[in-house]
Amino acid sequence: MRKEITSKDVRKFLSNNIVPIIFIVLCAVCIPVAGYTGQYLVDQIITRIVRNSFLVLSLLIPIMAGMGLNFGMTLGAMAGQIGLIFVTSWNIVSIPGLLLAAIIATPIAVVLGWFCGSMLNKAKGREMITSYMISFFMNGVYQLVVLYGMGPVIPLSNSRVILPRGYGVRNTIDLLSVRKSIDNFWAIRLFTDENGTGGITIPVLTFILIIALCLVIVWFRKTKIGQDMRAVGQDMEVAREAGIKVERTRILAIIISTVFAAYGMIIYLSNMGTLNTYNSHSQIGMFSIAALLVGGASVSKASIKNVFLGIILFHLMFILTPQAGRNLIGQAQIGEFFRVFVSYGVITLSLVLYEIRTRREKAESARNLALGQKQEEKA
Amino acid sequence: MSEMSKSLLEMQNVSKEYNGNPVLKDVNFSLNAGEVLGLVGENGAGKSTLMNILFGMDVIHQTGGYGGKVLIDGQEVKFASPLDALKAGIGMVHQEFSLLPGFTAAENILLNREPENKSVLSLVFGDRANTIDRKDLQKQAIAAITKLGVQLDPDMLVSEMPVGHKQFTEISREISKSAIRLLVLDEPTAVLTEKEAEMLLKAIRNLADQGISVIFITHRLQEILDVCNKVVVMRDGRIIKELEAADTSIAEMAKLMVGREVSTDKPKQDHDERKISDKIVLSVNNLWVDMPGETVRDVNLEVRDGEILGIGGLAGQGKLGIPNGIMGLFPAGGKVTLNGSEIPLNNPRACLDSSLAFVSEDRRGVGLLLDESLEWNIAFPAMQIQNKFLKNYLGGLIKWRDQAAIKEVTEKYISQLQIKCTSSTQKAKELSGGNQQKICLAKAFALEPKLLFVSEPTRGIDIGAKALVLQALREYNRKNGVTIVMISSELEELRQICDRIAIITDGAVSGILPADRPSEDFGMLMVGKTKKEAM
Repeated sequence: MRKEITSKDVRKFLSNNIVPIIFIVLCAVCIPVAGYTGQYLVDQIITRIVRNSFLVLSLLIPIMAGMGLNFGMTLGAMAGQIGLIFVTSWNIVSIPGLLLAAIIATPIAVVLGWFCGSMLNKAKGREMITSYMISFFMNGVYQLVVLYGMGPVIPLSNSRVILPRGYGVRNTIDLLSVRKSIDNFWAIRLFTDENGTGGITIPVLTFILIIALCLVIVWFRKTKIGQDMRAVGQDMEVAREAGIKVERTRILAIIISTVFAAYGMIIYLSNMGTLNTYNSHSQIGMFSIAALLVGGASVSKASIKNVFLGIILFHLMFILTPQAGRNLIGQAQIGEFFRVFVSYGVITLSLVLYEIRTRREKAESARNLALGQKQEEKA
Repeated sequence: MSEMSKSLLEMQNVSKEYNGNPVLKDVNFSLNAGEVLGLVGENGAGKSTLMNILFGMDVIHQTGGYGGKVLIDGQEVKFASPLDALKAGIGMVHQEFSLLPGFTAAENILLNREPENKSVLSLVFGDRANTIDRKDLQKQAIAAITKLGVQLDPDMLVSEMPVGHKQFTEISREISKSAIRLLVLDEPTAVLTEKEAEMLLKAIRNLADQGISVIFITHRLQEILDVCNKVVVMRDGRIIKELEAADTSIAEMAKLMVGREVSTDKPKQDHDERKISDKIVLSVNNLWVDMPGETVRDVNLEVRDGEILGIGGLAGQGKLGIPNGIMGLFPAGGKVTLNGSEIPLNNPRACLDSSLAFVSEDRRGVGLLLDESLEWNIAFPAMQIQNKFLKNYLGGLIKWRDQAAIKEVTEKYISQLQIKCTSSTQKAKELSGGNQQKICLAKAFALEPKLLFVSEPTRGIDIGAKALVLQALREYNRKNGVTIVMISSELEELRQICDRIAIITDGAVSGILPADRPSEDFGMLMVGKTKKEAM
């Protein structure tokens, strides 16, 4: 039995997936212009997936709990960075270093997540703008701690981390001691040339971690707490009437998200190899959210599929645009320009589309009412 | 004594007052296991208060408790909260659905009571990390649905269900709670189609046969006859009569429901024997309005030039939806014609431009700019819509407010409507409810409409102010010849000032009668029976 595809279905599909479709078209145009080899692109995309997917996955749970896009994931990123600053200062290298960084980051992320979640409970219905502002506010606290607290209050003295003046953390920290230690623990290299360079590198252990997190999220949806979160996400009042502890559930969603974001940041930075003490975290929230939205997620609905599709499309775009820009008009900066411009653009578009869609659904239910009325009349 | 021990629920001399106003007086009745009790009465007769007492709702405790006794199985109980009532096996299905749209029927039925599987991870993270046993969930949901005896797909999403199935889901949820013995259904059929209602009535009988008692609150008296063992009729906080369903009739119940002591008197109206022309000002055809809680399904109505038309009916039947829909405040459809030209729906500005005005029932939300002065409140719409009270400069490029004219008109209405205020610049929020209502009227009068909708003009204001508001409306109608459509839940008030009264039931006009007909006739219309059918 094949279902007839009407023009209405097509239009609905287009309007529901407008963001990914725009990106697919843009990428399809840019690939020939940029002129990269397929192998190079695949290798680059694998790198980006490894770097970003943990961060983007951390956004899923608050969406499930109806709290929208968690701009507060920046708080988790800060916690992850603090963990890395410590292990770099103590010279703990490789995987044990990353593990210790995660252990240090966890309690910080839990506290920050609890704080953020409690604030959001006081601003129900305005979670996104509130979490966005909290991330700015906490950025100030973070800077205070890192710039003035580290050295005199928190004893750190390693000159690789602390500024020559004796307190405050350097602008950039070299993470050579932990760089790519998870990725290189077990890497498979394919299609390398005679010198053993180029080709595609697959960091197996990182992928295992990412798959494990995906499984955790799938499992999480099946648990009681996951069911409660879905219930709270749909209607807080109904959930409360049924005896679900709404506030607690919401705080838990943000805590989990923040902790995952902290781990994600550690993986991200260990792959990059350098830490921009004062900038890394503030950008990462925006780019992760943009990537998720590019994958077709909305404020109220997001899946693992959206995460990976989003990362592939969003980052493919950024791999391609500098080269495409250079080939077209001799300017590579256009890529960086594009990156920022597109991220904000996508977030704005998604927020607006979400409103439009909600309104359209409302109108549709009204139309159905009228239709039902007519049918009743006929009967 | 054996008779006593059989009764599941008994109420003895239950009474309740809110701030000294008695709302329930001396209520006595009893209910046996497996019996269906119909509870009927107008809005405000005390049905909800009675149920609130039964469930130990907070609102009862906060206002000083209640008098008399509630007995279950012959033992006196005092529930501290609805949860306690639930433990004792009493469940309630409210008028508003409390369902999650993105969950299936089964998930909703067992919301927060899902069967769980323990796993290793729950040892680490606690019970909330238990996974949900989908199979058992399905099984329990189906068991509840079967017990109710209706057709309901447990895997269907609530958002895709017809209203009737939502209702069944809600009832199944109550049934699935173990030890349910008494189920209270608050107007369960109000939102259902005829066929769905039939199914529900059958389900109610089904439950009764399994020994579950049901208290069935409804305005559809035919259903009482169909399904109940006995009927309790309430009016003004008292039980007027307890009847055996088998030996009563719709006419008798309707009469008991609305029949006030004064009802035989002619309404106190100075019917000045005026002639209303046959000219139709406003005609409404097949109007539907999607206003939550006040859905209008199919209204056909004609308003004559210069009359005051009343629109009455019980709460939730759709009378409030009519003006809100016509004025474009809620999504609506159908055809509305004013003086022969059609008014576009869903467009508030177009309505106002065609000389319609509306005094909303939500005076604090929609009606007033609470933080602004009376002058602003009265003059603002006229200024905005009709460019009144403006001085034009440079050929209309620059418009300035004409403060003097605004002050003048405000003071005119303040004296005309006897608005109690310190000055015309007082803030609207500082006024009492009755005076705020008069400001709303003045605001609409300032628009000088041809036709005025007034929705619940006396809601929440005291008796003295009520009389003044009604007086103002009547004078405005007589002096300026403005047609008024007044919507009110108080029948007596409508009978006082209106020429004709339309009664809305189930989102449609069930009848239009001259205002001087006895109130029983209107009562019959309210319960959804035309005169002929009821006989």
